[in-house]
Amino acid sequence: MRLLEAALHLAVVLLASPLLLGVIQRTKARMAGRRGAPLLQPYYDLAKLLRKDVVLSRTTTWVFVAGPAASVATAVVASLLVPFGERVAPLAFAGDLILFAYLFGLGRFFTIAAALDTGSSFEGMGGAREATFSALAEPALFLALLVLVSLRRSLSLSGLVGDDTHVLWAAAVAPVALACLSLFVVLLAENSRIPFDDPATHLELTMIHEVMVLDHSGPLLGAALWGAAQKLFVQSALLVRILVPLPDGPAPLRWACFLAAVLALGVGIGLVESTMARLRLRQIPMLLITASLLSAFGIVLLVR
Amino acid sequence: MNALLVAVAAPLAFALVAFATPSERVRPWLLPAAALCQLPLVGFLLASAGTPAAGDWIGLDPLGALLLGYLSVLFACCAFYAPPYLRLRRERPNRVFCTMLLVFFAMMNFFLVSQHVGLMWVTIEAMALCAGPLLYFNRNRRSIEATWKYLLIGSVGIALALLGSFFLGYSALHAGLESSLVLGDVTLHAAGLSKPWLHAAFVLLLIGYGTKMGLAPMHTWKPDAYGEAPGLVGALLAGGATSCAFVGVLRFYSVCVAAGDGAFARELMLGFGLLSMAVGGVFMVRQRDYKRMLAYSSVEHMGILVLGAAIGGAGLFGALLHVLGNGFAKGVLFLSAANIHRAFGSKSTDDVRGALRVVPASATLFLLGFLAATGAPPFGPFLSEFTILRAAVADDRFGVAGAFLALLLLVFIGMGATVLAVVQGDPPDPERDAGRGRPDLEPGRGRPDLAPGRARPGGERLQKLAPIAVLLVLVLLLGVWVPEPLATALWSAARFVEGSP
Amino acid sequence: MPELLNLLLVIVLLFNFLMLGTSRLRAVIDAAAAQGILLGVAYLAMHGASGFRALALGVAMIGIKGVLIPRILRDALRSQGIRREVEPFVSFTTSLLLGALATGLSVVFARTLPLAAEDANVLLIPASLATQLTGFIVLTTRRKALTQVVGYLTLENGIFIFGLTLIEAMPFLVEAGVLLDVLVGVFVMGIVVDHISREFSSIDSDELTELRE
Repeated sequence: MRLLEAALHLAVVLLASPLLLGVIQRTKARMAGRRGAPLLQPYYDLAKLLRKDVVLSRTTTWVFVAGPAASVATAVVASLLVPFGERVAPLAFAGDLILFAYLFGLGRFFTIAAALDTGSSFEGMGGAREATFSALAEPALFLALLVLVSLRRSLSLSGLVGDDTHVLWAAAVAPVALACLSLFVVLLAENSRIPFDDPATHLELTMIHEVMVLDHSGPLLGAALWGAAQKLFVQSALLVRILVPLPDGPAPLRWACFLAAVLALGVGIGLVESTMARLRLRQIPMLLITASLLSAFGIVLLVR
Repeated sequence: MNALLVAVAAPLAFALVAFATPSERVRPWLLPAAALCQLPLVGFLLASAGTPAAGDWIGLDPLGALLLGYLSVLFACCAFYAPPYLRLRRERPNRVFCTMLLVFFAMMNFFLVSQHVGLMWVTIEAMALCAGPLLYFNRNRRSIEATWKYLLIGSVGIALALLGSFFLGYSALHAGLESSLVLGDVTLHAAGLSKPWLHAAFVLLLIGYGTKMGLAPMHTWKPDAYGEAPGLVGALLAGGATSCAFVGVLRFYSVCVAAGDGAFARELMLGFGLLSMAVGGVFMVRQRDYKRMLAYSSVEHMGILVLGAAIGGAGLFGALLHVLGNGFAKGVLFLSAANIHRAFGSKSTDDVRGALRVVPASATLFLLGFLAATGAPPFGPFLSEFTILRAAVADDRFGVAGAFLALLLLVFIGMGATVLAVVQGDPPDPERDAGRGRPDLEPGRGRPDLAPGRARPGGERLQKLAPIAVLLVLVLLLGVWVPEPLATALWSAARFVEGSP
Repeated sequence: MPELLNLLLVIVLLFNFLMLGTSRLRAVIDAAAAQGILLGVAYLAMHGASGFRALALGVAMIGIKGVLIPRILRDALRSQGIRREVEPFVSFTTSLLLGALATGLSVVFARTLPLAAEDANVLLIPASLATQLTGFIVLTTRRKALTQVVGYLTLENGIFIFGLTLIEAMPFLVEAGVLLDVLVGVFVMGIVVDHISREFSSIDSDELTELRE
């Protein structure tokens, strides 16, 4: 049974993650008054990219190829640490929340390295920004997780999420709410959503994530896109499992609720993106520090 | 409700009439009228009111009685100065000025008769708010700046005083007593109050009410406010508002004494007192603006008051006598300085010289006021300062006494330099003195009603001099002969604060 | 009921952070207004059942702190046409961190204070201290006179939170008087700010430096 669930887990993260991207794009389009691209558009994009040729610059090395590969690999492994529809994640152990954070760090490292490998100044600039903002988002992430750790007394993501999130909410509404708010801000920051980065911009000077994969093409670009979609899916899954208590029923019901909740969060992200503008670069550290402070405040409320 | 409230209601009624009076010429005369009404009223109340019962919100304790009488006299003299002054300032509408002055006076009286900590707070804040428009009478950049600083610093200080009042209430709550904020009740149960909260409360109340007094280091609003205010307003602020704040400090000090924590309070007051005297003295040296000099003199005198209270016993008696002497002396100084300012059109010693030649009567009064304020015999402040000194020596506090004397000397030298520069010498000649001096103290800067440059001799009317002369005589009297009823009042006030029956 | 009070106080503390971190003057005023409303609601929650006068005072509090005073400030803001605070003496990020530090310290310090039994569990004392410190930080580090007034208001809010512990001792008359004084104070300050802006054509308190030794 566990094996079956693990297989389903992998299938979901590999196959369902572009759907989340599609939902977000569709929500934004609807909010703008357009009909928008089809929900399955990211799949069509991936298929198109897989059929194309790769163009490699002569200045690049194996690092250039390793970037997208690492991005996909780390996202998949990180997904195995987060429980989706099941009660316990396929790879759960004490301290896996640290591995979770730093798997994404590894992926980010390779993405930045691939960007720097091209020798172009645009990519370098994007890499610098990405590194800075991730460094600032890290305390926010850890402080939010710390709130949950002090409530649950468990160092495993599966333990933090647990089976009964409604107990968590009933015990300490304010700290958990603040932690979720922090996690949401971190989610937006890590996945280069508005207000941190506009995924639809075509001005390189304003890009953060998009510019790092500017020179990738064909399947490499497809891999980068897929990796980004998986990262978004996994981090949304974590937030959703903390926010929403899954019903205590048979597995198909739990998985269906989980997927619905993740897609609902996607709609939420789309709404947030539609109603806000991108922040000026100077103000982004402020927002990230605020997210950290909110979680810190939650911890203060808890230990008082 | 209580007969004492008539002392508040009467000026308020006059304020309403002043607001409603359309005539700019008649309105100023309401001020002396209100003062003349107030004097017999207060006399009657003082004769007939008894000690406040516990639980009463309004009552006249000996301290309040003393100050109530003194304030009416001070206000009367200032009120008689107002009509000639406002006639000279005819270019400006005086409705707000007259109304606010009367409301200010009413609020001061209200403060003196309140026995509830919260009510005291409300009235002292009301006093500060009334003083805002009064300070802003000249409506120029400098007045705005002065008013802004006064309001902001004063409000923050008063907010701290509110917190202190709350702490006082909480100290009773924490001790399980009924948390009342009526002073009578608090003093009755003082011994049972929770000590940490009481200490914190006193510190905050001292800082808060000390800000209104102008104790250092919370005095920073004083030089600007007194420097830019019309002389009349300065006299009332320096003589009235600060004295009321001192009454507040003393009332809370008496709560500490009743709780057995008098020593702690005295240490604190001693520190603030010496610091204020030092700050006042240091900043008075080489002070070129003679109105700001008066502000620092006020800071110094507030230090003396708190010092006297800290020494206790005869020192407290001296401090209370000093309230009266200082108030009247400040009245003399501010009003005569206003006359000099009007005559010369400038506040700086760069431009004001030889006042004895130009405005002989005002300059003489200014000089005598300086002598009074710095404690020269035979004036009142000499007697009060000497009493404080003697109490310090009798208590074996030679260090304090020595510092006291040294600082008084410093002040005398500093103030004397400025005052003598103002009154002595030859009047300035614009052609001779062109191009010197500080631009920000240029004659007539921001004051279109003052003609710059050449000094204008004459123009002194008896109406502007008589009130000042009366105040001077009062100061002199306090030094030469303290009448028996006054001495009794002073002693009973001192005993009331220190809790001995 | 303590839970409701705690929740309200947590939101008040969050508004403190907003006030410290934002450079938009409108947001600062709105934060102070929101705090005022929350405090009025807290007052009603603690005291509302005890009669008509308490109810009236609570409603008046919400009206004055939440509506009237912010309106005065917004009018002053509009008549000047400024929108943003200039970079303060201490940068926005630093003041945010200072505020967070102040909140943490208040919570720690409040545990060491000797408190009456019923106040030990509620956030009243920490929230009061933290709000006062926030008010101080805003008052002393901001350059625009209007923001300094809002800082003063926040200071008063903090003191008022402490006053909530003394519900029985501070009867209505005095609370009404306090409220009235704050209202008139802000009104007068608003007028002065207006005059400052007209006289100096800006409300940077950096400009108010003509009077000095």
